Amino acid sequence: MSAKGQSAQPFRVVGTRPLRYDGADKVTGRALYGPDISLPGLLHGKMLRSPHAHARILSIDTSRAEALPGVHGVVTAQDLPETEAQAARDHVLASDKALYVGHSIAAVAASTPHIAEQAVQLIKVEYEVLPAVVDVMEAIKVSAPLLHETMKTRSLAGESQTPSNIASHLQHVKGDPAVGFAEAAADGVIVEREFRAAMTHQGYIEPHAATAEWSANGHLTVYTTTQGTFSIRDHLAELLHLPLSQVRVVPTEVGGAFGGKNDGYVDVAAALLSRKTNHPVKIVMTRAEVFLATGPAPGAFIRVKMGATRDGRITAARAELYYEAGAYPGAFVGAAADVIFGPYNIPHGQIDGYDVVVNKPKAATYRAPCAPPVCFAAEQVIDELAEKTGLDPLEFRLRNCAKEGTRQINGSVHTDIGCCQVLEAAQRHPHYSTPLEGAHRGRGVAHGYWGNWGARSSCTLSVNADGTVSLVTGSVDLSGTRTSLAMQAAEVLGLTMEQIKPSVGDTDSIGYADTSAGSRTTVATGIAVVRAAQGAVAQMKERAAQLWGVPADTVSFDQGMFATGENPDKQLTFAELAARLSETGGPVTGVGNVNVEEWGVAFGTHIVDVEVDPETGRVTILRYTAVQDVGRAIHPGHVEGQMVGGVVQGIGLALHEGYVYDQEGQLLNPTFLDYKLPTALDVPPIEAVIVEVPYPKHPFGARGVGETPIVPPPAAIANAIYHAAGVRMDELPMTPARILEKMGVI
Amino acid sequence: MAVVWIPSLMYDLTGGREQVSVPGKTVGEVLAKLDEAFPGVKSRLCVGERLDPALAVFVDGRAARLGLLASVDNNSEIHFLPAIAGG
Repeated sequence: MSAKGQSAQPFRVVGTRPLRYDGADKVTGRALYGPDISLPGLLHGKMLRSPHAHARILSIDTSRAEALPGVHGVVTAQDLPETEAQAARDHVLASDKALYVGHSIAAVAASTPHIAEQAVQLIKVEYEVLPAVVDVMEAIKVSAPLLHETMKTRSLAGESQTPSNIASHLQHVKGDPAVGFAEAAADGVIVEREFRAAMTHQGYIEPHAATAEWSANGHLTVYTTTQGTFSIRDHLAELLHLPLSQVRVVPTEVGGAFGGKNDGYVDVAAALLSRKTNHPVKIVMTRAEVFLATGPAPGAFIRVKMGATRDGRITAARAELYYEAGAYPGAFVGAAADVIFGPYNIPHGQIDGYDVVVNKPKAATYRAPCAPPVCFAAEQVIDELAEKTGLDPLEFRLRNCAKEGTRQINGSVHTDIGCCQVLEAAQRHPHYSTPLEGAHRGRGVAHGYWGNWGARSSCTLSVNADGTVSLVTGSVDLSGTRTSLAMQAAEVLGLTMEQIKPSVGDTDSIGYADTSAGSRTTVATGIAVVRAAQGAVAQMKERAAQLWGVPADTVSFDQGMFATGENPDKQLTFAELAARLSETGGPVTGVGNVNVEEWGVAFGTHIVDVEVDPETGRVTILRYTAVQDVGRAIHPGHVEGQMVGGVVQGIGLALHEGYVYDQEGQLLNPTFLDYKLPTALDVPPIEAVIVEVPYPKHPFGARGVGETPIVPPPAAIANAIYHAAGVRMDELPMTPARILEKMGVI
Repeated sequence: MAVVWIPSLMYDLTGGREQVSVPGKTVGEVLAKLDEAFPGVKSRLCVGERLDPALAVFVDGRAARLGLLASVDNNSEIHFLPAIAGG
């Protein structure tokens, strides 16, 4: 698809579909994941977890566990040094209070996992059980039990006077919302609705696992499944009071993460046990532990009000966002506030976001954190505005879509975006014009946005004597990024993919990299790779100049060939010159270190057809089309995979997935039997439509891709359900029971 | 002079002014001047001599990684927003 700013320059590697480097090892079972690590003398660790959602820990007696044959050591919070990062310390091992069912209290290392499990049961903990609060709107009440007795609400207005479960409050205001709503009230329409979303799990298959080992000189090595080796290293160093240089984190292959492995849950306990026992210790969480004690996506209560003129121009928008942070602050409500009205040009608006602690596990990121619930809310309200103004839903969105220079409600200005182009592509797609026939069927659309991320990345690129290249980055590969990064190096170096060997370094072997999150790796680490490759080329030009006795600035490099304008007979291929590096000064290593400050955001428009069974409430998805601006698809196959994968997860959020807690804070569905992920039977063929509006500040125009596609599905499906069954859904997941309830059947 | 977009929860300090023009060559200098004019601004945005880690400063649309040391131009637009990464 041609698009604004698209370069006519053909690429040799970028835009092709090479096989991914990690594919063969993964499909043949050779790849090593976190739980696969084994070391000589390995002990196995298990955690004791709180059975209560809120309880004061009065005493812990580990003597019986320590006396069990095969047990090598037990640790509690007392084994952790005091730190200013008290919440992080308590999250690892509770010291004073247990704040959710599953909160870790102690850890045991034993010669077998079975003995460790037995020993955990022998630890005696005396609790004073406290009242729990598990619902976000209950937690904000003045009468609610306080999780943290001294915590006050932080905001840019200053700190609150009294303690509260509201950890923080943010606000964005643009224009005068009262003026905008008055305009809509005078001659237009206003829609106001409330929505809820459940806590959800990222759905990764590989559980969290870490293996820790100390050297004789007190240096710690941790092998772990993580999205960010350096953030885990920093976490370990902070909580164990170690210099950063004495902690080495080695990434394993990652069996799914989706935001759920930005944080570590067993790394510190494994390190403590290893130090205490003088053995390497491995902790692998069970599936139930993953559900109970790792970070889910936060649940939310959302109130949205929007007004529009009769000709379909949005005049004002208002949102209140209450997100469940779990036991400790940090529900990423800022992301929700940025995303909710991000795709639209709205003259007047106000967004208030609240980060609220409840007696559930501390929330973590999940692919486009907090975005699917706010899109579910806003895009249903927008759909209703379109209906009430008599406009086609995509036409309504196009009339209001953000363009170059649109100022968002948070004050920032959109630049270099493909928001309208994506809507137009969806409008032109045959899916949108194909009649949908049959009873109880409906078509829905939704438009979603994710802001992506830049941040820190590093790369070293070594030229080998045979003309191959070793490419090392610090960015953990979650989705094939070794391949997409090698493609960018190959493009710059004029090499084939077979000549590049990409790998992910541990924290001792490569410079700092932020976690692989925010759809940043192909983009930001890609910039580091391009700089490293360009640096290597520059050095090799000097070597060629040296060999030829010509000035370096006369040496050119194109399509893998070095040449000089001084003498047309002088040419060397990359491999020929690589073979002569030893005689011209030694190794050539390109280095790229970046802290990316500007990156491209991404919009997606989804179209979905559903059928709702009026007797059972079951929703069958008949057809799904996802359209997205990806800037430039470095590897179109991977991009399509990200888009389809995001939609599948979005379908799960829409129809099936949600943590179910009782009033006492007990999780009722901590298994994949009761927490239903979508299967092949729930997912129709999904068409991924790539729109390319190149981002001009990336060397190849790439934008982050991975998160945007999970944003629109719940909203699109909700709108389709409305057009099929005539009911507006206001709670995620939209289970058959909730649909039947809305329809008045039950 | 750079234009600072005042977060709405700090309008109480600026007497309701939503944007304020302030001289300075870095975000830190701008903030110092802003604090002189509207005492209390800096303490809400900073922890000690550093920007509150919960916040990010955007200068002309860029996430200014240098924080208070980031350069600003005469016509720069400065925003203080929640720091956000991703999943």
